[in-house]
Parts: sequence; structure tokens; C-alpha cells
Amino acid sequence: MSHPILAILQGAAEAAGATDPASARSYLALLGAGLGTGLTVIGAGLGIGRIGAATTEGIARQPEAGGKIQTAGIILAALIEGAALFGLVIMFLMQQA
Amino acid sequence: MSLLAWIQGQAAGAEPAGEVDLGALIMHHLTDAREIELPFFLGTVQLPQGWYVNLGPLGVVDLAPTKHVVLMVLAALLCLIVFIPLARAAQRREEGKAPGGLGGGMEAMVLYFRDEVVRTNIGHGADAFAPYILTLFFFILSMNLLGLVPWGGSATGNLAVTLALAICSFVLVEVAGMRALGFRGYLQTVFFVPEGMTGIGAFLIVVLMAPVEFMGKLTKPFALTVRLFANMMAGHTLIFALGGLIFTFGSAAVATMAGIPITAMAIAIMVLELFVAFLQAFIFAMLTSVFVGLIRHAH
Repeated sequence: MSHPILAILQGAAEAAGATDPASARSYLALLGAGLGTGLTVIGAGLGIGRIGAATTEGIARQPEAGGKIQTAGIILAALIEGAALFGLVIMFLMQQA
Repeated sequence: MSLLAWIQGQAAGAEPAGEVDLGALIMHHLTDAREIELPFFLGTVQLPQGWYVNLGPLGVVDLAPTKHVVLMVLAALLCLIVFIPLARAAQRREEGKAPGGLGGGMEAMVLYFRDEVVRTNIGHGADAFAPYILTLFFFILSMNLLGLVPWGGSATGNLAVTLALAICSFVLVEVAGMRALGFRGYLQTVFFVPEGMTGIGAFLIVVLMAPVEFMGKLTKPFALTVRLFANMMAGHTLIFALGGLIFTFGSAAVATMAGIPITAMAIAIMVLELFVAFLQAFIFAMLTSVFVGLIRHAH
């Protein structure tokens, strides 16, 4: 499935940077950075969403343990967000290269 | 964040009217610089340059202070100014009386950290690690918060700063492991042989798992570094981008109308940034204490 998409992207990049191969590379780099950021945010959203679901269900089942569950939920969300921000850092680097 | 100073810089900048180089402006505010903008438009202070130190085979290193170094010293001074009088007051206070004011708030945070984070994760002998973990938390918190103040910047938005903090935590974890497990026990955390395996199987497992274990030791400080750095840099980039977006509009009328919702959103993101500043400092200190606890109880 990715083969025709790659061909289209390459054609678009060549058309855009027809006179300058270096700018074609930077177009592709920007495109890659944008796509990568979007996919990273999707991953982070899914992961933190699942943590939110488990946290609220835990608090609903046992309100006495609400404080501990909430604290654990916040910490786990921050850890997953750290993983997503790995991706963001790579995107920053890609965008400048 | 210094939106007003950015406006001033924009007026004095070399861009023609209507042209805004947003990327360069954001980079100028985020990255290290050799000059400091004094608050309230008092001007810029040029920092000294070229304190070269010859490290022999490691080359020549420039140890001159830059903006982030000055911010780190400021954060350290803030911590000292808050906590040394607090400690002295805690010594002098009579048993059973509650502390008041700012000291009370700080003491509540210190006690929460010592009981819920350090003692829970490290177990026995935790009080030896409490000073470092608490220093780590309040130092990182001060650096993060200095980035949210006008004309400030967060030194933790610099990869070198977070890498140095992570290296300090790494050294603490490994030395704590060596002291708790002994040299032979520490080596067993790398060259791990599960029980019941002998001969060729044990040898193969050791050869295959040793690099993995070694990389596992290195990925933990790497993760600490990148998590703190990326959180701080991404948050500030978002705020600067939102603020700079106002100035990319053509006419002043459109920019003013668009500026109101953009500023409201920027304020909301600043509130989130405040929360993230506390949370990331807490996560850094908590993960350090978790790693210390894990390696001390590895046997």
C-alpha cells in the first residue's frame, strides 16, 4: 500500500524542487516531520486515553483508593507523554536538517 | 517568556514591516545565548566570553557563563534563600508547633517527598538519599519555573543541563548499587544467570543478555534527559509560536482581533505549563529514587 504513496510523494517533491535537488530533500524532510508529529500525537493520545479509562474505572469501583489511583494515573500519563516527546524531539531535528 | 521584549526586539529588528521570521525568533528565545536581556527593558548585558580551559587530550573547552548558566545559578540561589532559613527555623522551633507561611508550604512538600517518594521507593537506609532527591526536585522545579516568568528562560530547556542532571542521577544509582550489592553482586546485575541453567545454556544467556543489560543501564538516564528536555522545550515552543502567530497577520486590526482568542489560548497553555513544570520535576526525582530502590533490592 505504501509503494504508490511513496511514488506520489517523490513525484510531488521532484516537481516542487525541480531545479534544486537540495530543496526537494528539505521538502521531504518537512513532510516527514509533519507526518511523524501527527502519528506521535496519535500514539500519545491513545495511550493516555487508556490510562484515563483505567483510572476513572478504578476510582469508580473503589472511591476510598481514589487519591492513590489518581496519583498513579498522573505519573503514568507523564511517563507516556515522555515517550511521545522523544518523537517530537526527533521531528525538531528533522525539520532543521 | 518575554513577549513584550519580543515586541521591542521586533521594532528594532531588521525585518521589513509585515515580515516575521517566526522560526528564528523562537530559536532565539529558546536556545542559549551569550547575552542576557535585563527585565523591564533595561537593556542587554553581554556575558564574558572565552574562558578557555585546556583539557589536554579532550581539547579546549570554553567555560564562560552563558544565559542558561546564569539562570542555573539564579535557581540555585533561590533554593538556598528559601531553604536555609527554613532549616534554621525548623531547628529552633519547639516540638509540636506548626510552621507558618512559606516555610510551612515548603516543609509540607519536603515531608511529602521524604515519606511518599524516598522512603517508599528506597526502603531502609532511605534517609541517606533524601537530601539529593529533594535537592534534585527543588532545583529542577526552580529552573522550570524561571522559564515561565517574563524575561526568563528555563535552563532545563537545554539538553546539556538535563544530561548533566541525568548523569549525576546515573552515578548515584550505580554507586548505590555497588555499595549495597558489593562488587560481585553488582556485576551480577549485568552478567545475569537465571537459576537452574548450567553449562552452555548459562554461557549463551550471559553473552546474549550482557549487552542488553548494559544498554538498559544507559537508557534510563537517557530517558530522564530527553523527557525533561522535550517537555520544557515543547511547551515553550508552543507558547512562543502562539504569541508569534499574532504578528504574522497582515494588518494591525486583523492582528488585534485574532490576538484575543490566541492570547486566551496562550494563557491556558501557560497554566498547563505550570502544571508540567511541577510534574516533570517530580517525575525526575521520583524516577531517580525508584532506580535507586530497584538496584539496591536487585538480589
